[in-house]
Amino acid sequence: MPRNRRELYNKEICACSIFGAMNRDGERFNAAGVMKAIANMHVRGNGLGGGFAAYGIYPQYRDYYAFHLMFNGKTLQSQISAKAEFEQYLNQRFDVVHDEEIPHRPQTQLRDPPLIWRYFASPKKMGEDASLSDDEYVVRTVMQTNSRAEDAYIFSSGMNMGCFKGVGYPEEIGEYFMLDQLYSAYAWTAHGRFPTNTQAWWGGAHPFSLLDTSVVHNGEISSYGTNRWYLEMYGYACTLQTDTEVIAYAADLLLRRQRIPMEIVAKILAPPIWNAIDTMNEKEKKLFTTLRMVYGPLLMNGPFAIIIGQTGRLIGLTDRIRLRPITAATRGEMFYLSSEEASIRLISPELDSVWTPSGGEPVICELNSRRV
Amino acid sequence: MIQDNEISLIPTNTMASGGLFLGAVEINADGLQTRDLNDRLRDLMLAGKRKVIIRNVCGQRYIGTRLYSPERHRMEIDIFGTPGNDLAAFLFGHRLVVHGNAQDGVGNTMDDGEIVIEGRAGDVLGFSMRGGTIYVRDGCGYRTALHMKEYEGKKPALVIGGTAQDFLGEYMAGGTVILLDLKGQGHRANFIGSGMHGGTIYLRGSVNRSQVSEQVEISPIDEADRGILDQYVSGFIEKFPDLELIPEEVLKDGFVKLIPRSKRPYSDLYTY
Repeated sequence: MPRNRRELYNKEICACSIFGAMNRDGERFNAAGVMKAIANMHVRGNGLGGGFAAYGIYPQYRDYYAFHLMFNGKTLQSQISAKAEFEQYLNQRFDVVHDEEIPHRPQTQLRDPPLIWRYFASPKKMGEDASLSDDEYVVRTVMQTNSRAEDAYIFSSGMNMGCFKGVGYPEEIGEYFMLDQLYSAYAWTAHGRFPTNTQAWWGGAHPFSLLDTSVVHNGEISSYGTNRWYLEMYGYACTLQTDTEVIAYAADLLLRRQRIPMEIVAKILAPPIWNAIDTMNEKEKKLFTTLRMVYGPLLMNGPFAIIIGQTGRLIGLTDRIRLRPITAATRGEMFYLSSEEASIRLISPELDSVWTPSGGEPVICELNSRRV
Repeated sequence: MIQDNEISLIPTNTMASGGLFLGAVEINADGLQTRDLNDRLRDLMLAGKRKVIIRNVCGQRYIGTRLYSPERHRMEIDIFGTPGNDLAAFLFGHRLVVHGNAQDGVGNTMDDGEIVIEGRAGDVLGFSMRGGTIYVRDGCGYRTALHMKEYEGKKPALVIGGTAQDFLGEYMAGGTVILLDLKGQGHRANFIGSGMHGGTIYLRGSVNRSQVSEQVEISPIDEADRGILDQYVSGFIEKFPDLELIPEEVLKDGFVKLIPRSKRPYSDLYTY
């Protein structure tokens, strides 16, 4: 796709494009279709951010954490020294079995790309860290790196999955990382960014991920301050200057650490309003009142449509009064989520079912066999 | 000037080819951006073309929007595929038929004309609509008929075969909305008519008081309403022959009427 002149635009608030596709049989496919679909929503973005999450792309390293690292810095030299410093830290805490620069196409011209590297590693827990679970140990490593390291950011830290993102239109990012040639995944999510209140940098693009949970988000979280303050109590440091980060960490806290089912997590992030709770039966009234009392600060206020990616499943969710669009669709074993139906139709003209969920109602799609 | 991928069809036997119109111009929208497609439509209108068929539509927005002309040209546009957001925004009296689903914002601030959607519509269907009629075979999304209005002879109407989601008729100021719920799924929308201060909503079937805002009264229909329903329901049936509906069948079931209690629902919020 030729890089066309960046359009002069006046601010269009209802933008950002999100897209997700999954093969429920676990059959893996490359990003060509997903790139075409997200490019179809080109007008929803402004070229200041694009990214993809891919599940099932590192079968040969499936038992290792795949860290994707961004080393920023004005000069190549400063990037290399940031990398050396990070590696010294990483090697103390992990056994790295393989590391390499993430391949990219030099012909795709993007704005000051950082040095982007990946490491396949397993935890080397010592001292009082030995009591931590591997996942917990990795989360602490990510938090420490992202809040302390000068120019090093871990932007992907899951097993057998990875995020690829940066400043540019999503189709450009896809070309840059050759996602249509080098990778095949059973599930992809994608995002075209239209930043509303933060300036653009490679680390600020979506998806945001922690371990294998990734989030692409269209909208604005006006409750960011409250959410962030609550999550910091649980050790999550919000350092990437974008409100989406709180959704990724809230999902990790509720789904992984507290093992709350997604149907309930949806009612924490996008709870029914009190008028609706008043009309419920006693059992439901008690549940939703308790959820509001315990998890009030994790209410995500403001318009949003998100796609959460995890090993083996995709979840679509909007705010409780559905101020951002999301469309779900199925065709045989393929499952789709998108900001607009047309993008789904572009890569799958015939659909078995296509629908739009109500506000706060999650659309959850899991692998048939959960064999991953 | 007619572009390369447009072919003026030599007069064909319209019956045999499934209703292709005489002398229709065909546009292949595959790969066309929103602006190119709408430029093309405008050129065709100014060239006096009356019937256009657009194939492979996929996400292009504002189709039919830039077709205003002092000479009041009228076009019939057949769209195959999935048109993008704000289809026929500001429509100025043309007739559009969508063979497929439409997205959000169909008929945004539409002035006049007719839109027929052989599928579903997305959110804010008929947003700020001022005139004309939209027929949707299936359902539609949130905030249908948001701030639809009417003025003297300009009375817009939405006739929907399925049901709508929440905030139906929010801030509605005029016009007529009819939800037929042909599949009998029941009207499950909440916050119906929040801030409604004009116009009428007819629901075929029933609705609970808790689903409807206090600014709106739920009442049975009278003879005058029957006349309005008869007119629009038979119009709907004529637009979707393959549904094989019988007017009497559809009309015999009970309808409820939703109308605003006052012209100024939030007057107590303000000092004057």
